[in-house]
Amino acid sequence: MEAAVFILSLVDCCALIFLSVYFIITLSDLECDYINARACCSKLNKWVIPEMIGQCLSTVLMLVSMHWFVFLLNLPVAAWDIYRYLKVPMGNMGVFDPTEIHNRGQLKSHMKEAMIKLGYHLLCFFIYLYNMILALIND
Amino acid sequence: MSTAGFNSQNGTGPGQAYSNGPSQNPVAIQQLPGVSYGMTHQPPYNPMQAKAPVAPGPGLYHSGYPPVSSYQPGPQLASYSTPPGQPLLTRPQIAGPPLHTPPQSASPSPGPRMPLAQATPPPPAVSSSSYYSNLQQPQPNAQPWQYNPVPAPMGTPPPPNSMSSPPRGPVANHLNPPSSSTAPPPPPSSSTAYSLPQQAYGSHSVTQPPGPGIPPTSLHGYNQPGVAPPPMNPAVSLSYSMVRPTYGPPPTGPPLSGPPPTMKPTPATGPPLANVIPPPLKADGTIAGNGPQSSNSYNHVDNKMGGLPPPGPPGRHLSHYPSLPPGYQNTAAPHKPTAPVHPAMQAAPQPYSQANQPYQQPHSGPGQAQLSPSLAALSLQSSSPEALRVVNLLQDRNLLPPTSVPAPTPCLPHDLQKVNCSPEVFRCTLTSIPQTQSLLNKAKMPLGLLLHPFKDLSQLPVVTSSTIVRCRSCRTYINPFVSFLDQRKWTCNLCYRVNDVPEEFMYNPVSRSYGEPHKRPEVQNATIEFIASSEYMLRPPQPAVYLFILDVSHNAVETGYLNVFCQSLLDNINALPGDSRTKIGFITFDSTIHFYNLQEGLSQPQMLIVSDIEDIFLPTPDSLLVNLNECKELVQDLLKSLPTLFEKTMETQSALGSALQAAFKLLSPTGGRMSVFQTQLPNLGVGALQSREDPNQRASAKDIQHLSPATDFYKKLALDCSGQHIAVDLFLLSSRYCDLASLGCISRYSAGSVHYYPSYHQQHNPAQVERFQKDLKRYLTRKIGFEAVMRIRCTKGLSIHTFHGNFFVRSTDLLSLPNVNPDAGFAVQMSIEENLNDMQVVSFQAALLYTSSKGERRIRVHTLCLPVVNSLSDIFAGADMQAMTGLLACMAVDRSVSASLSDARDALTNAAIDSLSSYRHSVLTIQQPGLLSPACLRLFPLYVLALLKQKAFRTGTSTRLDERVFAMCQLKYQPLAYAMLMIHPALYRIDDLTDEGALNINDRTIPQPRVLQLSAENLSTEAAFLMDAGTVMYLRVGKNCNPIFLNQVLGVPSYAAVPDNLYLLPELDTAESQRTRAFIGWLKDQRPFFPTLHVIRDESQLKPSFMQNLIEDRTESALSYYEFLLHLQQQISK
Repeated sequence: MEAAVFILSLVDCCALIFLSVYFIITLSDLECDYINARACCSKLNKWVIPEMIGQCLSTVLMLVSMHWFVFLLNLPVAAWDIYRYLKVPMGNMGVFDPTEIHNRGQLKSHMKEAMIKLGYHLLCFFIYLYNMILALIND
Repeated sequence: MSTAGFNSQNGTGPGQAYSNGPSQNPVAIQQLPGVSYGMTHQPPYNPMQAKAPVAPGPGLYHSGYPPVSSYQPGPQLASYSTPPGQPLLTRPQIAGPPLHTPPQSASPSPGPRMPLAQATPPPPAVSSSSYYSNLQQPQPNAQPWQYNPVPAPMGTPPPPNSMSSPPRGPVANHLNPPSSSTAPPPPPSSSTAYSLPQQAYGSHSVTQPPGPGIPPTSLHGYNQPGVAPPPMNPAVSLSYSMVRPTYGPPPTGPPLSGPPPTMKPTPATGPPLANVIPPPLKADGTIAGNGPQSSNSYNHVDNKMGGLPPPGPPGRHLSHYPSLPPGYQNTAAPHKPTAPVHPAMQAAPQPYSQANQPYQQPHSGPGQAQLSPSLAALSLQSSSPEALRVVNLLQDRNLLPPTSVPAPTPCLPHDLQKVNCSPEVFRCTLTSIPQTQSLLNKAKMPLGLLLHPFKDLSQLPVVTSSTIVRCRSCRTYINPFVSFLDQRKWTCNLCYRVNDVPEEFMYNPVSRSYGEPHKRPEVQNATIEFIASSEYMLRPPQPAVYLFILDVSHNAVETGYLNVFCQSLLDNINALPGDSRTKIGFITFDSTIHFYNLQEGLSQPQMLIVSDIEDIFLPTPDSLLVNLNECKELVQDLLKSLPTLFEKTMETQSALGSALQAAFKLLSPTGGRMSVFQTQLPNLGVGALQSREDPNQRASAKDIQHLSPATDFYKKLALDCSGQHIAVDLFLLSSRYCDLASLGCISRYSAGSVHYYPSYHQQHNPAQVERFQKDLKRYLTRKIGFEAVMRIRCTKGLSIHTFHGNFFVRSTDLLSLPNVNPDAGFAVQMSIEENLNDMQVVSFQAALLYTSSKGERRIRVHTLCLPVVNSLSDIFAGADMQAMTGLLACMAVDRSVSASLSDARDALTNAAIDSLSSYRHSVLTIQQPGLLSPACLRLFPLYVLALLKQKAFRTGTSTRLDERVFAMCQLKYQPLAYAMLMIHPALYRIDDLTDEGALNINDRTIPQPRVLQLSAENLSTEAAFLMDAGTVMYLRVGKNCNPIFLNQVLGVPSYAAVPDNLYLLPELDTAESQRTRAFIGWLKDQRPFFPTLHVIRDESQLKPSFMQNLIEDRTESALSYYEFLLHLQQQISK
């Protein structure tokens, strides 16, 4: 059972890692002027909700399997994702707004956020891996 | 081979200086007191010394002004007279050893800038035959606010100067003064145009069309690229009257004369100043022995320097605080000299003497020609101490200069400054760029640029060249600030890459010489336009396409705007910018969408109604947009019948969203301009909006809600439009809430413009109708550029992080502008990413690529060069308070939308506190009581207070949400000059206009009354005052107003007979009436859009809005200026 939880989390985490990398690549494309802001934002906005769901999924998994430490590790990130999504002003086209992304250093902060998330997901990846192996051995 | 042709746009012939151009008449020049500039970097910069005021004689108070007692009555303190007696550090010995070389930028463009650094580029070079102006600019009303041509006395190089300038060999014939004032009447053809009174060209006179036998280097390409006459048409008028479009006053010539020591104090400053005259006189004597010399570089700074409040006519300039609040008398008194001559002043060593220097007199003095270049540059580099003169804001009251506040001039070597971009086009908040970000953070002032890139210019060099020379790595256009390593190599001033000079660039078509790439027009003009080749096109240039989308619901018909619109369009249909391909179309909408089939061959326009607004389609896709020339009659028929067509409509709903979608479909194959006229809240179909305004909250002091859009529909549509090169201009004519915050997005992101006419009604609001009419005329006939993009580049190390204005930012430095119009302003905020340690100057380049209405691809390039400094005092000396205010306003608008209005207000106040406290703590060495500010920032707190009381940011006063949002739009979108009037209106007393100091434009005499402080203390019931607030003017007639004024100007017998809604001055044939109308007309001419004039009495309804503009006074909900200053002081001393 425990192994199954961690295998699921591991898969989820892999997806999130890929998503983070995708965010970073797309944002740096925008930074280097390979794509325009409109295309970049519509690409990224599509993945904001999947990312949020993925993050919540692993949080919930940890909660139901009562791994408190990993749950607490996951909770702030999930909360941040939800907060960010809810805080989008009505007139904006999503978390990434093409008209705003070049203003007030938003591009940089999005980039920073994606980097931090990548690091965080990598950390989680190894935690899950370790826990999974541990669980498999215990089984 | 490359050819370059110069011509001017909107050529107006010889005339005046550029700003609102007309030069002051000689009387005025005589009266302008000036201040000499010495070295800023006198190392222990002693504010005490600098502050030691000129002791005013007893005569100072008999200045014709009643003592203005604004605050509290109290004993008059011995005066602290600022404006006339600016105590200054002067540097009389011009030839003295450069002891205190400013470390940062003393040497003028060292090294490889070989040709430019030495010889001043000959201004008249451009006056060679290849410059001719283009008279046929189809913008009749476009001239008044353009640059006027350089005035004859300034632009014409006087013979003595050309003598004194170093011989330049092959350029010699450039120095023939082809004076603009002596320009003969327009020659009939360009072949005569070339036969100048210059012998060198006489034999070389070239006929315009490329005939056989013309050598390959001949100038057959010198036609007017892109402007109306076809290239082959040789009829070019007004040849060679153009002087090169330097923006600064030309450096040489008698009017701009010598260095400070040679300046003589004006007699106008009166006997009290005699005390301080001796030192400068002495210096004068010594220097005068040097004989006649040509001008020195810092005259230039002098004349444009914003720091000084030059006294107006004698006797009026000396008002200061006659009294102080008791609390301040004690503290301030010790610093106020009471003796006629301050001991410190007499004891002052000569180089630092506190001289009261008048403005430059038009006599020649020691000049640059005889100074070594480095010395000349040094004297320039040491920026004016005037900008750093310490002003105690709590004591000095009258800080406004008598006329408009000029932009500060960057402290650049003279040869660079001379070619620098005009501040009207390109302005930076800090004219001295800090070396590092930490220095900038310490100064706590915003760093940013304000641009007006498509401004109507009277002189614009246009270059046709098969290759446009650009840096190979950063794609910067070659500009005056690049340096030539040798004749074959140039170094980019933005990325420092060394580039090759292409072969054809070696040939200079202006002088027709070879091997002088640095004399090419591209290298001589900071503002230049290129005709782009096909490599700058992604598709063939689009035609001018205009689509009008008209609201015809019951509400719209009720306002009666359709009549005005159709009549205006009928009147101006031939003046619409365009060529033979111009297309036009109309869509009207209420709850359904009506298309008009205007296809050639129809006997009358055919209306097609689409009622399926959910899934909009075009009934006949190819006959809705028609060629204007081919179908003009049908269009005219339609315009004549349109107002009657919907007279009886009872439809109250408005499906704006669907109409916009339909218009988008119609225009997307070509791109173009949509003009949307909307009179109510769209309430049907896509994009429907709900009323969000709570009228009870209008005056709320709490936070204002709903400043951000309610839906992203309009934003998305705008981005779609932007992608298809469609701009949407919105005209909102409504008395009710229309949710401009949401609707405005459609224009904001498609680079359109928003026009708002609150309470528009045909009968009830005739002033608004007139304004709409005049605005439409300007709107329809102004220049337009299609499918434009603008890129703003800056020197490596600087980066742009925020953009303000109407556009879509497509990538980090590229703005997508589907349309660009001459009334659009832009602002950007910048940060310093890398230290600028080894740089002396940085440059900014804005390049606007657009398709003209004639279907030509053009690139307009503006380049601004600014010095880099590493001391805080230099940064403060270069601060541009108006630009800072403009940029802060943009930032505050952003803040109030993204956070809240109160946040934005706090941020504005903090900006004033931060800059002044940084000045106090980091720059001033001696702490004094009071609220101290450098002279160059002296109006900054006032402007910040004005912003807080501006419609956009005020709280506590009833303001409709739409009007607030519109004010915010305008602050972001308007060029600085117009935005400043909105922020800080100008107040004039106009019942006693005289011709003294008047301007002379086209034989019209325009009186120049003094700008008054915006305070009720300046008002009196015996006078009439004009308040100019940008889009509206108020003429307030006092109760006991001079009957002569009432009679001769307003044409009424008495005060009681002044009508309530007078908005037009009667054209009376009296001197007073002519003067008043000339002055008001001149003010109106300075802006593109028409301001309404309201004559108001004490009982008028509009009186409150007049009084609200008196921003120095206390209102129920806002502080007075003095209270605000006290608040600032309290915060700073914390």
